[in-house]
This record gives sequence, C-alpha cells and structure tokens, in this order.
Amino acid sequence: MIEVQNLTKRYPGRTAVDGISFTVGRGEVVGFLGPNGAGKSTTMRILSSFMPATSGTVRIAGYDVFHQPDEVRRRIGYMPENNPLHIDMRVRDYLKFRARLKGLGIGRSRQRVDRVIEQCGLKDVEKRIIGQLSKGYRQRVGLADALVHDPDLIILDEPTIGLDPHQLRSVRALIKELGRQHTVLLSTHILTEVEMTCSRVLILNQGRILAADRVEDLESRFSQDGRVVAEIDATPEAIREAFRDLPEVAALEIQAAAGAFQRVAFTPKSGQDLRPLVFEQVRQHDWSLRELTRPRLSLEDIFIQLTQKKKGGDL
Amino acid sequence: MGVFLTLVRRELGAAFNSLTGYVVVAITLLLAGFGLMDIVQRLNSDRTPSPIPEIFFADGIVFWLILILTTPVITMRTFAAEKALGTYEALMTTPVGEWQVVLAKFTGSLVFYLLSWSPLIGVLIVLRQVTQQPQLLDPWAMCGVLTGIACIGSTFLSIGVFASSLTRSQIIAAMTSLLIGIGMWTLSLRFSQADTTGDRLGRLMDHLSVTHHMQDFARGVIDGRALVFHLSVTFFFLFLTQRVIEMRRWK
Repeated sequence: MIEVQNLTKRYPGRTAVDGISFTVGRGEVVGFLGPNGAGKSTTMRILSSFMPATSGTVRIAGYDVFHQPDEVRRRIGYMPENNPLHIDMRVRDYLKFRARLKGLGIGRSRQRVDRVIEQCGLKDVEKRIIGQLSKGYRQRVGLADALVHDPDLIILDEPTIGLDPHQLRSVRALIKELGRQHTVLLSTHILTEVEMTCSRVLILNQGRILAADRVEDLESRFSQDGRVVAEIDATPEAIREAFRDLPEVAALEIQAAAGAFQRVAFTPKSGQDLRPLVFEQVRQHDWSLRELTRPRLSLEDIFIQLTQKKKGGDL
Repeated sequence: MGVFLTLVRRELGAAFNSLTGYVVVAITLLLAGFGLMDIVQRLNSDRTPSPIPEIFFADGIVFWLILILTTPVITMRTFAAEKALGTYEALMTTPVGEWQVVLAKFTGSLVFYLLSWSPLIGVLIVLRQVTQQPQLLDPWAMCGVLTGIACIGSTFLSIGVFASSLTRSQIIAAMTSLLIGIGMWTLSLRFSQADTTGDRLGRLMDHLSVTHHMQDFARGVIDGRALVFHLSVTFFFLFLTQRVIEMRRWK
C-alpha cells in the first residue's frame, strides 16, 4: 500500500527526514512512534502529497505522490496534525462539504455521510456547530472526514492528542475498528497507544527510522537477555547454595523483599528460559514461591534504549 | 463545476458566519450614509445639481473609501485564515485543482462584495422618489456605476486574494492590500488631475487611472479599454495567486 524509498526532506538549515525507507502492506495498522520533531508529521505530509520531498520516492497504492497526486489524494483519508476543522460549520454540513471536495456526487456523498456519522457515533451531534463540540467529538468529526470517501489508506497525525481517558478509549476503539477494513498509518508519541492499536511500529528519531518491527517482536528483541525474576521464601545463602553449581545460570542477584521472601534475578548463560529450572530447584528444596516472571521491556524502555544509543553514536 | 460551487458556497458561508463579514457591511452602510448626507446637501444648495451618480462616485471620496477599506477586509481571510487554522492542509490534500480554489475564493469575495453594495440601490431608489427629478438618476449612468463597482472591485479583490495567499497572517494580508489600494488611488488622483496634454507618459497614466475610469462609468460611459484593463489586472493577480499556491505545493 505504501512504499517509501530514501525519502529525504530538508528545510533551510535543518533535515527533517533523512533518507528513510519502509513499506506498509494492505490491511496493516502501523504506528509511527517518535518524540516531537522526529519527522513524523513531515513524513505524513509528504505521503498525503501536501508537500513534496527533497529527494526519494513515495508510492501509494502504486501511484507516485509527486507525479500522480490526484490519484493519491483520492485514495487517502488524511487527518492533519491538530485536526483542523471549519469550526463555524455544522457537523453534517461539514462532512458533506468534504465529501463533495473529495469528488463524491451529491447522492453518493449523502449516503457516505450517513454511513460515517453512524460509524463514528456522531448521530447525536450531527446538527450542532463544530466549534461547540467537545474535543472528543471534534476528533471523531476529523476521523469521519478522513473516512468519508471510503479511502484505501487512512493517515492520522496524532489522532488522540489532548483527549481525556474516556475519549481516548473510544477514539482508540474506533481506530482499531477501522483497521479491520482499511490500511491505517497513525503517528503518536504515546507508547501504550501503539501497543494497543497497532500491529507494527516504526520508531522515528531525528528523521531516521531506529527500528521497524512487529510490536511483539520488538519487545522480545529488546527483552533483558532472558532474565528471570523469582520471589522465593528462603535465606539468601540457601538460594546461592542451590543455584551455585548449575551451568545454565550465569549470575544471580538477591534482594530482600517483603515478608521472609527474597527477590532473585537470574541471568542465563545463553539466552535460554530459566523458569522451569528455577521452579524445579524451588520444588526440590520445598521452598514456597510467589512470583516467577521473565520481565519484558515496555516500548517505553525500548524507546529510551534506542534513543540513548543514538545519542552515544553507536547505532 | 460542482466542486467549484461547493467551494464558493463555503467562502460565502465563512464570510457570513464571521464578525468581519458584518463589519464590512457596517462600514459600507455607514460610509454610504455619509455619502447620502453629502448628496442631500448638494441637492439643496445647488441650483443645477450634477446627476447623483457623479456626485457620489466621481466627485466624492465615499466610493473610494468604501472600496479601499472593505476589499482588504473581505479578502484577507481567503487564504491566510485557512493557513493559520490548518484547514488549508485539509483542503489541499483533497483532489481539487489550484485554479478551482483560487477562482472559488475570488468569486466568493466578489459575490460578498457586491452584496455589501446592494443597500446602495435602495438609497438611490429613495433619492429618485424624493427628488422627483429623473434626469438626476439616468438608468444608463446606473448601469455604468454598477459596471464600475464590479470592475474596479474585481481589481482590488484580486490584489487582496493575492496578498492573502502570501502569508498566514490576516493582518499582514489586509495591510498589504490596503497599501496597494491606497497607492493606486493616490497615483490615479495625481495623474487624472495633472495637465496631460501632449505628455505621453501623462496620457498613459491617465488611461491607467482608476479614478478616471470611475468618472467615465459614473457618466454612463462604459469604455472598453477600462473593462479590458480591469479584467486583465484581475486575471494577472489571480494567475500570480495560482503560481504562489502551486509553488508552495511543489517547492
């Protein structure tokens, strides 16, 4: 659906996007993740053919955004940053206006507007002036606008910014719902959002892609070398004694935990899963066990790791 | 065509939904009211008064004040406000052509401008009733006046639309077109009053003088050269606007 090759955008004195390449397949929900100023909005503006790239090519559904912009525009539903709307218009009139601009005939636009009003839960407010709506509703109007011409690809620039938890939940659910029928590319700097809505994530920083992976793979790739944590009811000495001679365990750290328990962190020699082994030892010594986990890095940790590496210059 | 009309309707909607739209109408009515007072005074004092259109549109400055003050306010919104709000991005990522957008914004401004003049027609009809002197209000002169309002208005509006396309600040857009408008008016006054016999440059400037054009129109003389001049200038500035938009889109 999207093919980007060596995309670069330079502003005077600043490179916003620096030679990025990626592809997004039909039906995927992909998240663009990065801090403010990472180049997310710039990339999305180029994809939606609002502005041209300095170099590189972008193809959407097989059409080049530079040479066939109108074909691309017909196939994209784009919600720009901060969700700009004509706040003096009524919801239904606005959506009708947008549908007409996107080339839908009068009958077809009425039909589609009815459909998106229902889909985005705007039935109750369709006659109200957009300027008087809450931010959550306005966001839904923006989504309805992106959807109104039934595009193949939906590009949403920070669709959940500034929403309260209730509105967040409903907007995310809506995006997830959209992902069933459309290809979706969304940007955010909220990590949990990517985990909740996206199947794949592209991490951007300073105009470059730091990582591109499925959300689950990314977590395991950056998990802490297979470390296992257990809370065991025994003395530190006894625990050390029990695990000393096992060749699979490279190191262990013990910390006192609440009660008589010790919190033990095991590091394996060669990335294997130590959990069955730990359990076996605990069972043999007849200790009690109240936790046995392999902690995984959250996207947040991954992101901090990646961006710090970047600063160190070794990536 | 459907898309064009949709855009024109949006422009008019935005004008009537905003305070500035009503400010424009208020300015026009207020100044036209002063103009009316002036006319009534002259009709009372002069034994053989000049026809009303000449008093109002050629000799007086009321027409020029209205034109110069309202056109920047009408047009400043067209591009600058959309850019500042971000709706410009939403507009330009739909498959509409640049010319469609430029012409729709200009047409919307022109229609609003003509509507803001419409109370004046009522004023003239009232004057005709009260004075009972049909020679003061010749229908041909009225046609000339309307042509003049539309033609010279188009020129000023196209300059305003162009100024608005250059910036995201409505104030800067309004100030730019206001300055150009005042410049054109004062130069025109200067050259239409100058003694132009024989001097080639003077004659040329006289042909370009917008005040001279309006004097002709107010006498009911619809001069083809003036029409062509205003249509060309309007087209020229709309062309520049289209280039600016295209350049911003692709450079």
